[in-house]
Amino acid sequence: MTTITTPLSDTELLSLTGDKVVDARGSACPGPLLEAKKAMNTVQIGQTIEIWSSDPGTKSDVGAWSAKVGHTYLGTVAGEGYERTFVIRQK
Amino acid sequence: MSDNLSIVLFSGTEDKLHAAATITAGAAAMGMPVNILLMYWALDAFRADRIANDHGLAYDASRPRWNEPVEHVGDIPWLETFRQAKELGDVTIRACAGSLATLGLDAASMDPLVDDAGGIATFLAAADDGQILFI
Repeated sequence: MTTITTPLSDTELLSLTGDKVVDARGSACPGPLLEAKKAMNTVQIGQTIEIWSSDPGTKSDVGAWSAKVGHTYLGTVAGEGYERTFVIRQK
Repeated sequence: MSDNLSIVLFSGTEDKLHAAATITAGAAAMGMPVNILLMYWALDAFRADRIANDHGLAYDASRPRWNEPVEHVGDIPWLETFRQAKELGDVTIRACAGSLATLGLDAASMDPLVDDAGGIATFLAAADDGQILFI
């Protein structure tokens, strides 16, 4: 099994594409987190979701949620006017 | 300590309903069971025939401040947030049986978001030894 060190660097994150993209731009807290949770049920274990959000709380919220629920938070990287957050489904 | 989050939802204004809905949805997404007891003005706000109305703002939020117009509170989608929370997680919303009687309502007049009616002991038993918030 490959061990990964998280969060990944911006360069590593920029090379990623999620298996599922969740466009939650314009949605306020807790909207992006709820969208992420819903999207997680639509991918397989081991696949990655990518959340697009313009809400400043999403990065820490999705990190905290991942730690609590047991998913792997890969990190957050800036897009143009929004942030892209990557999480691997683990269960 | 139990992972449950319990909320006594007493207030029936948009701002407080929205705060309660946000906490509920966040907890539901985190996998925490949420146990809500509707009392008094919250119960009135959850009546099927009134739930979509404008419920106004709490007195402390509605006092005019020269540099903070209250209109900034804007359109707050608390009802949709509660719906999403129930879809996502383990959320139970109970009407307080005593408050129903006080307000002259019956459980059938509540919005479908309300699961059932129950007494305070039912709520406290469901709270287990988790945290209880009063909003």
